[in-house]
Amino acid sequence: MKPLQRLLLCCVAALAGLAALPAQADDQFIALADYRVGPYGANGQAFYGGFIDYLSYVDLKEGGVNGVKLTWEECETEYNNAKGVECYERLKTKDPVTKGTAYNVMATGVAYALIDKSAEDKVPLMMVGYGRTDAVDGSVFPWAFPLVTTYQMQVSAIVKYLSSKNGGSLAGKKIVYLYHDSAYGKEPIVALEAESAIGKFKLVEIPVAHPGNEQGAQWLRIRQENPDYVIFWGWGVMNQTALKAAQKVGFPRDHMVGSWWAGSEEDTVPAGEAAKGYMSATWNVAGTGVPLIADIEKVVYGAGKGNMQDKAKVGTVLYNRGVSVAVAMVEAIRTAQGKYGKGKVVSGEQMRWALENLNITNARLGQLGATGLLPEIKTSCANHEGSGMVKIQQWDGTKWNIITPDWIEGNKALIHPLFMANAAKYAKEKGITPACMK
Amino acid sequence: MFYREAGQFKTSYIADGQIFPIRQDRIAFALLLFVAFIVVPVIGSEYWFSAILIPSLVLALAALGLNLLTGYAGQLSLGSAAFMAVGAYAAYNFQLRIEGIPILLSFVLAGLCSAAVGVLFGLPSLRIKGFYLAVATLAAQFFVVWVLTKFAWFSNDSSSGVISAQKVVIFGYVFNTPVKNYLLVLSIVSLMALLAKNIVRSSTGRAWMAVRDMDVAAEVIGIPLMTTKLLAFAVSSFYCGVAGALYAFCYLGSVEPDGFSLDLSLRILFMIIIGGVGSIMGAFLGSAFILLLPILLDHWLPPLAALLHLPMRSESISHIQSMLFGGLIIFFLIAEPHGLARLWQIGKEKLRLWPFPH
Repeated sequence: MKPLQRLLLCCVAALAGLAALPAQADDQFIALADYRVGPYGANGQAFYGGFIDYLSYVDLKEGGVNGVKLTWEECETEYNNAKGVECYERLKTKDPVTKGTAYNVMATGVAYALIDKSAEDKVPLMMVGYGRTDAVDGSVFPWAFPLVTTYQMQVSAIVKYLSSKNGGSLAGKKIVYLYHDSAYGKEPIVALEAESAIGKFKLVEIPVAHPGNEQGAQWLRIRQENPDYVIFWGWGVMNQTALKAAQKVGFPRDHMVGSWWAGSEEDTVPAGEAAKGYMSATWNVAGTGVPLIADIEKVVYGAGKGNMQDKAKVGTVLYNRGVSVAVAMVEAIRTAQGKYGKGKVVSGEQMRWALENLNITNARLGQLGATGLLPEIKTSCANHEGSGMVKIQQWDGTKWNIITPDWIEGNKALIHPLFMANAAKYAKEKGITPACMK
Repeated sequence: MFYREAGQFKTSYIADGQIFPIRQDRIAFALLLFVAFIVVPVIGSEYWFSAILIPSLVLALAALGLNLLTGYAGQLSLGSAAFMAVGAYAAYNFQLRIEGIPILLSFVLAGLCSAAVGVLFGLPSLRIKGFYLAVATLAAQFFVVWVLTKFAWFSNDSSSGVISAQKVVIFGYVFNTPVKNYLLVLSIVSLMALLAKNIVRSSTGRAWMAVRDMDVAAEVIGIPLMTTKLLAFAVSSFYCGVAGALYAFCYLGSVEPDGFSLDLSLRILFMIIIGGVGSIMGAFLGSAFILLLPILLDHWLPPLAALLHLPMRSESISHIQSMLFGGLIIFFLIAEPHGLARLWQIGKEKLRLWPFPH
């Protein structure tokens, strides 16, 4: 009886401990529903490491944004939808003003689950380079921002690059689209089909079942089809497997172009020699050559406040991507302060306005020391993407090198109407009247 | 002391057949319902509703479904998440394609669709048992997810395969806040739990248990194996299907086929192992335990680590969680195969005798 009683008492005490403590009121609290374990844990470590390092950098270097310190808290989602929602619900109550400023969960499933919730709670959702792509239409999705690039615009940019390599036309060529058979891999298909109709190239779609560590049949088929190029939408362990399989069937790696989820050191290093020559799209450059990244290394790691356990990963593609997203977020906070009062804490609503009126120019990037790290971003209600530009990088066996000096923009005139049509369908399904928010 | 049963006599058959034969239990249960329906909605926070109470009730319903099949009828299944997926997608499609269909009706129809799929994948149970049956239901798990990903019709041609649940409106009343959703889920789950309790006390439940304990003997005494087993699959999948619909409509709001993975099926299985195989209450205890433990660890471990001056990163909590779950499952399988529900029962027996054990 005694142990049982004690157990009950413990349970009661435990439940009482669940009451949330509010964060400091005069800091800008940023909620990080992130992941460092689970199937994509390695990606999350580098990405969120970069993100947090930039926040520390702003605090150390300038004492926050116009004097408002940035604070944050992490919550592990393990790339799992239910845990992601739990994290979001917990973090949003930590600070009643900012509600977590803006959420960037780096997981399409979690982002989808948060679209309605974040709109109800009036806190913006940043889906930088992933997530619900028709949220480009801000009149239907005022609170969701698929910033910088979407899968469709990215695949369109890849097609543009390939056609520029072939003297401006892909007519008569054959392209295999090899993809992860999930929401992520299926999204670009609409865009590719549209591109193939106007570009007159033949498109062959080959799905790979999750997790993709067995691709013998797919690559046999690719050998039979003998395409000119393979566009590759892989993820996690699927990427290195594909590179090794390509080597085995003798498909030239420098005719393979991956998406930005399939273009980091985590994908190429395990593939070893097989990855040499492989190309991928990216919306940020790698390396510590960018002044901002070098300065972060000096300031943050110099002060012993760095977030990366493995410091060698500073400057990798994903690390720099984390920094880029943090730059966009901090610039949005700055924009919001510019309108609603400098040195004040920015609320969720104000952050939404800022994300919809974001204008990060090359001149501004230059001031930050981030020239060329990420493309210019200029958003509006009709365009929550704000850029749609990528570069192509190539793996030389030890590091990623950018091979297109200029940013390549996808075919906006072709792709954006697809988003608008989808968003209109969603609005009808949900009974939303599209309208831009002030 | 707690249970003074002196003076409680059963004078009619109805009194003898009631769910809670002891008056103290009846009072306690009425209090519990009062707290769940009246007190919790008043004092609970939004975080409690959307992150703890709704998911644990919904998953308890799914665990209840699996418990009917595994705990009562003795048929091991690894396809619970697949049946939830059928329910979620069916409810979405009924709402989408039939103008003005009441949401509760579409939940019921979704459950029926799921029951049909369950019967289909239950057919092998007529021939195979145990582990082999588990593998056959594993086929359901992969097949359903594949179908929902492969055929865009199910997700209304959404380019990503993700569906976004429609608004829940019952008789013009919109269920759009966490507390309203909680009350809706609680009502449905309470009703279905009551139904389940009565099914297992009826001849159907007794037939299931006979089949579970020894199917040859059950057949000899005149229980038709085919209908009994298939009925168990149908009822179990019905419960899972409704749970899936609630998961999509009242909890997450948008779901994708990959969300209903084997991982979720296993979690539901762990719930009944830890909660108690062959017990209605076990499903609720198990789901509360599996859902609350990680959240408690999230809240407790960082301050504890700070107290002991140990380094603690957010990912360490996840690692510790996995270790704890593994350990607990082995512990329960060895020490108490009937789970938390059995512990509760033992505790209650002791309480009835206390303070004069004999």
